[in-house]
Amino acid sequence: MDFQPTEMQTELSGLARRFAREKIQPVVEQDEHDERFRPELIAELGQLGLTGIPVAEAHGGAGLGYQDYITVLEELASVSVSYAISVAVTGLAQVILEKFGNEAQKQRIARLAAGQAIGAFSLSEAGSGSDAGSLRTTARRDGDHYVINGTKLWTTQADSAEVIMLMARTGAADDRTRGVSTFLLEQGTPGLRLGKREKKMGCHISHTMELVLENVRVPASCLVGREGDGFKIAMTALDSGRITIAASALGIARSSIEVATGHARQREQFGKPIGEYQGVSFLLADMATRYDAAKLLVQRAAFLKDQGLPFSTEAAMAKLFATDMAMQVTTDAVQILGGSGYTQDFPVERFMREAKVLQIVEGTNQIQRMVIGRSLLKTH
Amino acid sequence: MWFFSDEHRMLQETVRQFAQSVLAPRIEQLDDEESFHREAFPKMGALGLLGITVAEEDGGAGLDAVSATLAMEEMAAVDASTTLSYLAHSILCVNQIARNGIAEQKARWLPKLISGEHVGGMGMSEPEAGSDALGMKTRATRQGESYELNGTKTWITNGPVGEVFYCYARTGSAKREISTFVVEKGMPGFSTGKKFKKMGMRASPTGELVFDHCQVPVANRVGDENSSVQAMMRNLDIERITIAGISLGIARNCIEVSTRYAQERKQFGKPIGAFQQIQERLSEASAWYEACRALTYNSAKAFDLTGGLSSREVSAWAARAKLQSAQMATQVGLDAIQILGGYGYTREFPVERQMRDAKLIEIGAGTNEILRTIIARQMLGNDVAQA
Ligand SMILES: Cc1cc2nc3c(=O)[nH]c(=O)nc-3n(C[C@H](O)[C@H](O)[C@H](O)COP(=O)(O)OP(=O)(O)OC[C@H]3O[C@@H](n4cnc5c(N)ncnc54)[C@H](O)[C@@H]3O)c2cc1C
Ligand SMILES: Cc1cc2nc3c(=O)[nH]c(=O)nc-3n(C[C@H](O)[C@H](O)[C@H](O)COP(=O)(O)OP(=O)(O)OC[C@H]3O[C@@H](n4cnc5c(N)ncnc54)[C@H](O)[C@@H]3O)c2cc1C
Repeated sequence: MDFQPTEMQTELSGLARRFAREKIQPVVEQDEHDERFRPELIAELGQLGLTGIPVAEAHGGAGLGYQDYITVLEELASVSVSYAISVAVTGLAQVILEKFGNEAQKQRIARLAAGQAIGAFSLSEAGSGSDAGSLRTTARRDGDHYVINGTKLWTTQADSAEVIMLMARTGAADDRTRGVSTFLLEQGTPGLRLGKREKKMGCHISHTMELVLENVRVPASCLVGREGDGFKIAMTALDSGRITIAASALGIARSSIEVATGHARQREQFGKPIGEYQGVSFLLADMATRYDAAKLLVQRAAFLKDQGLPFSTEAAMAKLFATDMAMQVTTDAVQILGGSGYTQDFPVERFMREAKVLQIVEGTNQIQRMVIGRSLLKTH
Repeated sequence: MWFFSDEHRMLQETVRQFAQSVLAPRIEQLDDEESFHREAFPKMGALGLLGITVAEEDGGAGLDAVSATLAMEEMAAVDASTTLSYLAHSILCVNQIARNGIAEQKARWLPKLISGEHVGGMGMSEPEAGSDALGMKTRATRQGESYELNGTKTWITNGPVGEVFYCYARTGSAKREISTFVVEKGMPGFSTGKKFKKMGMRASPTGELVFDHCQVPVANRVGDENSSVQAMMRNLDIERITIAGISLGIARNCIEVSTRYAQERKQFGKPIGAFQQIQERLSEASAWYEACRALTYNSAKAFDLTGGLSSREVSAWAARAKLQSAQMATQVGLDAIQILGGYGYTREFPVERQMRDAKLIEIGAGTNEILRTIIARQMLGNDVAQA
């Protein structure tokens, strides 16, 4: 591992930064207000080669690694967490199909990788969030078909997705690990209906959807992997998903630090720039230090994954630390901007509202601590 | 608190019922639409809440700072935005007119403010003068029987909706030569400028007051010319103590909601309250809340007991109460969201709104950083603290 970005990473982050500033920035505040997601922006990101970074070129991806991927996600999140999450979730569908799909299913990656289609990942339900293994949606085998029934909650961008990677129970209700299977569902399948859209504290561009499944009949060829592999598939996907959430946290934190630092230079009170008061400069110093520490953790997790080494504990650490860091840093940025920070004339209050969700998704931070704690106790 | 009187407890009960019946049904929509609960004001007036600290002979309820803080806590547990507007009205405007106005002035403005027919506010901050309030630039120039005001006040609570504003302006050349003027809606040259869109406290309208050759009669000047700084600073003590009450209310409700949730929500076959990480957050929240509650009501009591502490000491206690309560409420709000998981992030539960509201208290009425300087000055002495 090297502290210098590679030429490729510099190029990718430059592309992503320019795109975020030129295409997302001008519409982000209004779109957040209107809860409007623009799939055409994802298509444009696809043309730049930024929507299929970690999948192989043979499948239509860029064939690059997570170390490259995180630089792109950080840039997108520095302007809009919603778009970073959109790319990351579509990425999750691709990663699942590449690792666990059969040849026919792998054909589906290309459109996702090119940004021509959007993917979704549907695991959580009203009664099963952290305890994903207790999900209740069922898939019953019926000849060479499955019939799926149940209600999913919190499925990011299920309304714009072309394919949905959906976890449903094929085994016994109390079989947490082997009772679940993964299905590749098409938008528009009869019986599959969008339910309510959540009203949230932030990330309004990213639609969080309820999905209702009533006798959804799909051919058995929609099963990804084997029956009973679903929990393993979901957990494997989340391991790498955590790195992407952590990278998004870096993005909003960095922007918050930039805005707060600029303000501390310009804003004068009592005859000097507020940055000259230790009360402000020490806050900034801690923000920058925590950001850098988080970045190193995220880079390490990505590095390990790229080397094919075990990385799940390190990904959990990166997610835990980076998202807690982002919550703290965005809150402090609001503080440094004072009354202005509390208004929507500046983006930091939005960043603060966006940061909170990162501590909850892809395993709450309590669950990350459980993962880390368990692995420590197991190996030492 | 052990020193609450029966009167305090009765007030608490009255406000609690008012908040449940009048504020609770409306707040979600008001927050969503950023609109103001005007009709709540005459109802508060009928309960005697709007002139809570004003002497009975001036038409008020004649209650103490402990009572005002209790009212804030009870109301804010349900709707912190309307409570903030209530605070700007009753503590920043009404209380100041009652403390510093002459009989004629009290008779002119207090009745309609205390009944809730009029809404009041206070204008101190300016675009270039927030923490450094004495750096204000708005100027009032005497011209015969009136003053001409020029300048802009910003972030003024109730600015977009109020009728009566207790405003500060510069009347001399020295830094402390500041006077007070009551500016009324409709006065020539007075307009309300921009209304801010905000993260939280969205049902409490915040805006600019613009004075453009604004003509204010001499009879609207409160106190002597050039002599308002002391009264302006003194009122910050009761403002900080009562606003800390808002933080207490927010935190209390977040703790109640998240405790109930931790009892009911099951994951991994158990209530999530069985997990020690959840217990840690809940117990820390309740301990910090109780500490802030004791600190805040003790500070209110110290404020009420004239002749006890020096005014400098009272100021430091008020600063301590707000400094801790405000930070506590933000943290407790964030933790409540976390305990509720994905549900906490949605509008189905009040905690995300309450967290957004809580952050304001770390900024308004003296930022955390400014409060620390006030406390440090009292501890270290000016010579050291400002060396
Ligand atoms: C905006 C948004 C987008 C989302 N997108 C998706 C998506 O695309 N696909 C999808 O499948 N899901 C998605 N989710 C759901 C998300 O993954 C869950 O919210 C998350 O896993 C937490 O589950 P929960 O909300 O049910 O909380 P719960 O699991 O009920 O947790 C409640 C609290 O208990 C704690 N807790 C739970 N178990 C333990 C334990 N054993 N020890 C200690 N503490 C514990 C949690 O940390 C939390 O603080 C999304 C959620 C949101 C808010
Ligand atoms: C919703 C809302 C309602 C409000 N209502 C009113 C109202 O009704 N009437 C009114 O007059 N005002 C009101 N205000 C204004 C409020 O009082 C100011 O926002 C507050 O005093 C901070 O000033 P500022 O925003 O200019 O921040 P600044 O003073 O610019 O501060 C920016 C940052 O610098 C720090 N800082 C400044 N000076 C120092 C120092 N010497 N040492 C260390 N750190 C320092 C601050 O702590 C802060 O972090 C309101 C504000 C808001 C957001």
